[in-house]
Parts: sequence; structure tokens; C-alpha cells
Amino acid sequence: MNETEARSTNRRSLLSGPYLVWIIGFTVLPLIVIFRFALSDGAGHATLSNITAIFSPIHRKAMWFSLKIAIGCTVFCILLSYPMVMAMKHLGLSKKGFSLFIIILPMWMNFILRILALQMILSNNGILNLFLTKLGFEPLRIANTETAVMIGAVYDYLPYMMLPIYTAIMEINEDVIEAAKDLGAGSFTVFRKIILPLSLPGLLSGTVMVFVPSMTSFVISNLLGGGKLQLIGNVIEQEFMTGNRYVGSGLSVALMIFVLISMAFTMRHNTEGKESVVW
Amino acid sequence: MTKKKFPKMIAVVLCLAMTLTLLGGCGKKKDIIGTLTIINYAEYLDPDLLEQFTDETGIEIKYEEALTPEEMYTKYSSGAIKYDLVCSADYMMKKMIDEGEFQKIPWDKMENKGNIGQKYYDFCKAFDANNEYCLPHFWGTIGILYDKTKVKAPIDSWDVLFNGDYAGEIIMQDSIRDTFMITLKYLGYSLNTDNEDEIRAAQQLLIKQKPDVQSYLVDEVRDEIVAGNAVMGVIYSGEAYLGKESNPNLEYVVPKEGSNVWIDCFAITKHCENVEYAAKFLDFLCREDVAKTNFEYIYFSTPNTKVIESLSEDEKEDPTLVPPESSIENCEVCTQTDKKVTDLMNELWKELKSK
Repeated sequence: MNETEARSTNRRSLLSGPYLVWIIGFTVLPLIVIFRFALSDGAGHATLSNITAIFSPIHRKAMWFSLKIAIGCTVFCILLSYPMVMAMKHLGLSKKGFSLFIIILPMWMNFILRILALQMILSNNGILNLFLTKLGFEPLRIANTETAVMIGAVYDYLPYMMLPIYTAIMEINEDVIEAAKDLGAGSFTVFRKIILPLSLPGLLSGTVMVFVPSMTSFVISNLLGGGKLQLIGNVIEQEFMTGNRYVGSGLSVALMIFVLISMAFTMRHNTEGKESVVW
Repeated sequence: MTKKKFPKMIAVVLCLAMTLTLLGGCGKKKDIIGTLTIINYAEYLDPDLLEQFTDETGIEIKYEEALTPEEMYTKYSSGAIKYDLVCSADYMMKKMIDEGEFQKIPWDKMENKGNIGQKYYDFCKAFDANNEYCLPHFWGTIGILYDKTKVKAPIDSWDVLFNGDYAGEIIMQDSIRDTFMITLKYLGYSLNTDNEDEIRAAQQLLIKQKPDVQSYLVDEVRDEIVAGNAVMGVIYSGEAYLGKESNPNLEYVVPKEGSNVWIDCFAITKHCENVEYAAKFLDFLCREDVAKTNFEYIYFSTPNTKVIESLSEDEKEDPTLVPPESSIENCEVCTQTDKKVTDLMNELWKELKSK
């Protein structure tokens, strides 16, 4: 290796410094700590019981409920995102930027504040019911139910689904769509045969970004579920708050493994096509 | 000087100017002679008082907050910071006294200790048998806050939470300990019980009650009842006072079956090297003007008799500010620290929440 090469390598490793500090300090070390707690029984002996605790009936039930909310939230986000993005696609350039801005705007506000606002809207004497009774309808009782949690999750995570799908769809070459239309394809066929397959990388990264946080969330169910609904995130929170960090860490590790497996399952279809944004 | 360097020079000058102003600000203050590190509940001390204490004594305060006694304990026991003083709940005081974490308060160095009523030192005997370690800070009861215009009859029993009359209109505390305590009291057991059958019976009752419960909340109980989203809720007396202030239709009651009377205390930890400074701070808190400022900041019941005497007649008669003897007759201080019991309650609580 000559001197210039050596120097440029040095410079490059210098540049990777912040990245290394970040990865080690905020990912590797915390993971080691969590794993250490997860594999310990608190008295210094190694055990797997904290991780297998996920199979106890109460935890299994919380896990299923989390899965239900996560899948429901992801599906709703997908169903909402495509029509919205398709509508945005046909807007003029300046309007396009503006509509994108509108979607990103709520993300500038702290998400807990947004959920608290939603709580006030959905509560029994809330704005929604006030509106409904004024119009002569029966007031709804959605506060502290599964529906409220689902609304909160979809509201919160929708931008994370829309943005990657938006990027993917905007990248599709207009000529391809024109060609399909010339060959007699209706707009549904164009969507099914061209837009959907070509936006798959965006869809997949959106799915990851919505599915994982909604699976592990506990704040939304606490605030909108009124503490009556128990997601696996709430169980883990309780374990930590009552000072039982060993079981809490064990359940977190089990949840991490579960998320990894389900992601691998989703990503299997992604090996041939374009790399998605996240993976 | 080249043109390019000019902005840099300005930046340097500005930086210098800023540093000097900051240093100048420091110069006026009294010289710092020492430091105390304190951990307390969030919003449990008027922050202006900390500055006042430093100005008066030259002892600097490093102030940390924790939301729950458990969080405080986790922070304390991690050992990352050596706390000199901690403030926490009765049962946590007991746990830490039993573990030998505290040192005796030098009572003879505290002129104002007599401002705290003997009654409150007696409360502390439940966990600090000889009144050696704990200085009462604030205290109160747990009871029911309800809207008197929406109930069929005045409320005097926990029964209203469990008999189904107010289905969907009840808010319970999202706190394992508090919710178990009041249920045990309703069933006629001690809230410090370690009898598994009694605790399980309480859980069965809570499971039966769950469909009637609108929500389990902690900090929002007051706001929800004030806003009229629920008719009644289980709440701390201090929170109830603030609720009544913003909605005159609300009333607070400590049910006749008895409840929990809680008392939060300050204690000096074994890590404290300068006990004299710590005692100075505790004495400062007992002083009438300081205790009054604190009381007006927090509005929980104060154990400071001088402050109580200075209240208006209306305030003195308010059971949320000065709980009357009659209401605390059947109440107990929580001293349950047995790990087996807390673990059992944790498990039963998860089961309740999963129903």
C-alpha cells in the first residue's frame, strides 16, 4: 500500500468515526445490556425463563392482541395510502409539493400531543360526540376501545406508509404507463400490472416502518385504550416500572425475535426486485 | 486583516462577550460552599425554593426527579449518582430503612422540626418506629372524587365502584398498589395483608368490576372528571382539591370502610457526606414561610402545623386540604414491602388487564 492510499484509508476511517460511536453507543451497548438482563435471573445465574415467559397465557394473549393491532394498522395504512398517493400523482408540480408538505406537517408535532388531542376528540363528552349530537345522531362510545387504539395507530403511522409509497410511485416512468394505456390497458389494469409491482419496494419499507412500531407501542393503547387493553408493550412497561427489568428485558428480546421472523417472512418476496429503502 | 477573516473575528468577540456576561452574572451570588444532590417526585417542590436555599446558605442543589417510588429506587440503586437526600412514599421509606440505606437525621440541629405536627411523626412510626430517619413532606388520603349532581345519593362507601350502579362512569387508578389497597379495604381486609387468598379475592372483584370501568388512569383522573367524561374516580386528596377548584359540582370523600393514608418523607441517605448541610436543607423545608410557599405550589396536605394555622377557615375545613380525624379513622399507612406480595400483585394485575 502506498502512502496516498494509506492516507485516504485513514481519512475514510476517520469519517466513519461518528457512525461507529453511534452504532456502538446507541445500538450495540444497549443490546448487550438488554440481553444480559434477559438471560439473567437477578441472582447472577443464567436462565432462559425470562424469554420463554412470552409463552405464558397472559403474555400470549397480549402478543396476539398486539399482532392484531399491528396487522390491522398496517392494512389500513396501505388501503389509505394508495388512493391518496394516486390522487397526489396527478396534481401539478407545485401542488404536489404542497400536498406532500401537508402530510409531513403533523409529524412536526410531538406524537404524544397528537394522541392526547385525539383522546379529547374521541372521549365521551368530546368534540366528535358534540358534533354528532348537534347533527341529531346518537353519540358514539369509542373512547377506551380497540377502535380508538386502532384509529390512533393509523393516524400516527400513516405518513410512514405514505412517504415511501409516494417516492416509489413518483419514480415510475410515465412512458411505461403510457405504453400500457396504448396497448389497451384500463386504469385498474395499469394499477395492478404496473404501479403496484413497481411500488413494491416502497410498500415493503412502509410496512416495516408501520408494522414494527405499532407492534411494540404502548403509549397509544395507554392513552386511547384507557388502560383497559393490554398490548405486549404494556406488559413490558409494567415489568420495568415495577422494577422487574429481567422479565421485561426477556420479553423485549422475545418480541425482537418475533418481529425479525415476521419481517424475514415479508421480505422473502423482495429478493429479486429493487432493494427497498430500509433494507 | 483580510475580508475573509472578518466574520470569524466578530464571532470570537461575540463569544467572549457572552462568556463574560455569564461570568459576571455568577459573581454576584454567594460563594458556593458545598453541594447537595436530591431526588424527589416530579412537581413536588417549588423550584424557586431551591434557588432561595442556595442564596441563603451557599449550598448548591443538584435536583433530580422521578415519577414513581419505583423509578426513584431504580435510579438510586443503580449508583450512577450518589444522592444525599431522597423523598419518597411511605412503603419505599420502609424498604430503604430495612435495607440500611439511610442515616439518622440530626434532629438537634433542626430548629424548625417542631413545626411538623406530632401527629405526622406518629404516622411515620408505622415504618420508622423511633422517628429516626424520616421527615414528613406531604400527606393525604385516597378517596373518591365524584360529581354530586350526577349521583343518586351522597357517596360514603367504596360499594359504588363495585355494585354496577355507575357502570361505564368509573375511573380507577392505573396503579397496582393503590387499586389493590382500596379493594382490600372494601373487602374488610388490611391493605398490608400478605394473605394470598385475600389478595386473590380482591383481584376477582376487580375482574368482575372491569366491564364497568371506563378507564384506568393516573394523572388524567382529575381532568376526566372535571370535564364530565366520567361521574366518579379514585383519586389522591391533593388532586381532588384541584379538581374541586375547577368544577364546584365535585365532591371528595374518603369511604367509611377506610382507605390508605399516604405520607411522603425526606430522608438522608448513607452516601451523604455532609449531614450538616442535609439537615440545613430539611430544616429549611420545615420553616413556615418555605413550607407555605411549597404548599401553595402543590396544594397537597401539609404536615406543617404553622402553615395549617395560617389557612383561611374555608381552607381549614376542606377535607382535601386538611383531612379531618374522622375521615382517617379507618385508614392505614402502607408498609407492604414483601417481594412475594408485590410479585403476586404484579401477576394478578397483568391477568386483570388481559381480561
